[in-house]
Amino acid sequence: MPDVTEGRGRIQRDVWITGIGLVSSLGEGLDAHWQAFAAGSAPVTDNTTFAPYVVHPLVKVSFDNQIPKKGDQRQMEPWQRIGTYAAGLALDSAGISKNAEILSNTDMVVAAGGGERDFQVDAAILNDLSASNDAGRLLNERLLSDLRPTLSLAQLSNLLAGNISIVHGVTGSSRTFMGEESSGVDAARIAYARIAAGQSEIGLVGGAYNAEREDTLLLNDLDAFCMKGEFSPAFTAPGIASGSMGAFLVLESPEHAKARGATPIAKLSGVWSERAKRAVAGAVTAKVKSLLDKAGTAPGTAVISGVTGAREATEAEAEALTASGLPVRAVANRIGHGFEAQFIAALALAALTVSKGTLFPPLAGDPLEKAADGVSRVIVTQVGHWRGEGAGLVEKA
Amino acid sequence: MTQAHLDKFGRPIVVVTGIGIVTSLGQGKEDNWRRLTAGESGIHTITRFPIEGMRTTIAGTVDFLFDGRVAAPNLSEKLATLAAEEAIAESGIGTSGEFPGPLFAAVPPVELEWPERQQLADAVGHYPIVYRDLLGAAASGQFRPWHERFLFGSVADRLADKFGTQGQPISLSTACASGGTAIQLGVEAIRRGETEVALSLGTDGSVHPEALIRFSLLSALTTANDKPEEAARPFAKNREGFVMAEGAAAFVLESYAHAVARGAKILGVLEGCGEMADNFHRTRSSPDGRPIIGCMKNALADAGVTPDDVDYINAHGTSTPENDRMEYVGLKGVFSEEKLAATPISSNKSMIGHTLTAAGAIEAAVSLLTIQNGRIPPTINYNIPDPAIPLDVVPNVARDAQVRRVISNSFGFGGQNVCLVLAAEPA
Repeated sequence: MPDVTEGRGRIQRDVWITGIGLVSSLGEGLDAHWQAFAAGSAPVTDNTTFAPYVVHPLVKVSFDNQIPKKGDQRQMEPWQRIGTYAAGLALDSAGISKNAEILSNTDMVVAAGGGERDFQVDAAILNDLSASNDAGRLLNERLLSDLRPTLSLAQLSNLLAGNISIVHGVTGSSRTFMGEESSGVDAARIAYARIAAGQSEIGLVGGAYNAEREDTLLLNDLDAFCMKGEFSPAFTAPGIASGSMGAFLVLESPEHAKARGATPIAKLSGVWSERAKRAVAGAVTAKVKSLLDKAGTAPGTAVISGVTGAREATEAEAEALTASGLPVRAVANRIGHGFEAQFIAALALAALTVSKGTLFPPLAGDPLEKAADGVSRVIVTQVGHWRGEGAGLVEKA
Repeated sequence: MTQAHLDKFGRPIVVVTGIGIVTSLGQGKEDNWRRLTAGESGIHTITRFPIEGMRTTIAGTVDFLFDGRVAAPNLSEKLATLAAEEAIAESGIGTSGEFPGPLFAAVPPVELEWPERQQLADAVGHYPIVYRDLLGAAASGQFRPWHERFLFGSVADRLADKFGTQGQPISLSTACASGGTAIQLGVEAIRRGETEVALSLGTDGSVHPEALIRFSLLSALTTANDKPEEAARPFAKNREGFVMAEGAAAFVLESYAHAVARGAKILGVLEGCGEMADNFHRTRSSPDGRPIIGCMKNALADAGVTPDDVDYINAHGTSTPENDRMEYVGLKGVFSEEKLAATPISSNKSMIGHTLTAAGAIEAAVSLLTIQNGRIPPTINYNIPDPAIPLDVVPNVARDAQVRRVISNSFGFGGQNVCLVLAAEPA
């Protein structure tokens, strides 16, 4: 709805984070993550199931808790299930689950990839194609008979959002951004900007990634982006150890939150999305430095980085972060890399950190992670493995 | 900035100063407009790949840009490039390779396609293979460029390089409503004062065997293969599914103040955008039409106009039994009986098919051309009216009419609905 105070003298107001849903290899919910961090536990990795690739498998989740209908679960591939589950956690955390009036005015922005292939079907068809004299017809007939009719819905990028609407009743609006890491940055940026400018009152923003699938490992290994063998800390640029995760935030205007008696977990004070010309030497480092400057590096500031571990992007970001002198933590050192979901997961952990007022312990062996004091503001950085640089600022509410 | 450049809510008025379009009917506004108003169809039997064994063998593919098969993202990129070039040239904004605003790109999801999979399988060196073997072939480094090409952000990224748009482009999908969402994001950014100018586009070049078969498996496509040009029959009683198609449209969106200050020709106004998601079903609309109704009402409210102010409805009109009936139910919930009966509505998809990710953008472009030219493109193949859908669908023949305001509907799988309100330049 139009807001009469909007316009060129537009309002700029605070944006609160009033709900967080997070599920990953370390567990479900903020407490589970904080406990694992505080214990200095090693990240949960699996380098045998998909050997030689290293992945962070999703913790065992009872999907029934958030997706009660088995029929709904069957219509989704794992990445959609993970996301729909995490979205439910976020709505619970904000206290708006099943609140039809609020959910019907909640604006959703989902950062999504897609997929997933049916590996048996693909391999069987490829084998038969290799021996066929009439490959075109064979492909058509096999796809018609072997693909599950609902597969395309489980693959469509915008159907994670579609499932969240169906399962949780979020219907204010529904937009899906694609494009790997930067889709998460822009999903947060647009949801934030709309609330700050009075174009929206409450939003659900997030993403999900299933690391335990061969088709995405294949895609990323085409250009040698995957971590292989043993797990190594992210800032050694060891390649990407993908991590299964779902991360969603409820963002809200203070007026809307107060009216329903909700309190903020933290304040989202800004989101910026940029695009360095990567072919130019030093461009990424310069872009990250300018993002840090925009967010401001006052005392009490730390960085939670969405660093991917990918070559070049990681070194370039590390250079800028080192130069800033700020304490740094890498999300990937704890739950792996979740592509579209990574920036949102990092914002969630930033909100958790400022709400606790202290930064969690460093991971031994990472060249950038050092001990730190109290923290009241966290800059989240996100340098895409191939493109896109972004940042967000989360402050104590 | 004066009051004249703000809308009734005090927001910057957003105008269109450049339009580009490519469909199976041709490249450019001129060709498309001429053929759309002549009631011509771009639907034909598919020649791009073997069709033996398929249930649906027709589509509105764009075949005049490449010789032979290219991967879907290559075609989507080419279509978007041509549309954006036309739009930017018309608007006369920026300098070559330096567009002074962000890019909002509605692009189809991508993944490796069967020809690539087959090359990977061949590179394994033995048959039979299991899927895991393909990873070894991928890791060989022989197919390195495919990584970037089949990333979801790939098409928009290359467009950002080519046109020099500002910042990181947004690649988006709201399925068949995507084109509308791309425009809406541009409108919102200009209203927020983040930018004076934006490039919004929708593109789709994804007619390949698996894409076609997936829609077949959802029973969404017509199988009226015998006379391709007569297969898309929106609102007709004998409609039986949509026809997949390709195309792109692009818009230069600009604040009115900015456009006036530089003396740009104004092609129309983006008065309002509305959306509402449906939580009824993954592919079906809520039977009461509530989300469709809400979406149109939100758009009209955002524009600050009423249903009585609408001169023409550019329908979603896919030609599926379900969509067209539900669109009528939705319209009945927004417009009075009298007004609805008196308002022409037509579906461009009767001629160009359903261009999916691009449809909302292409139809917004046609809506503006309708206003500009004072002529309404017809709904062709309307020979057997559906008594359950008593609408003035501008059957078969274009009609001259003064059109000052249009609503353009887009409803997507996944329940994502967008409605745009487009109008002539303020008097």
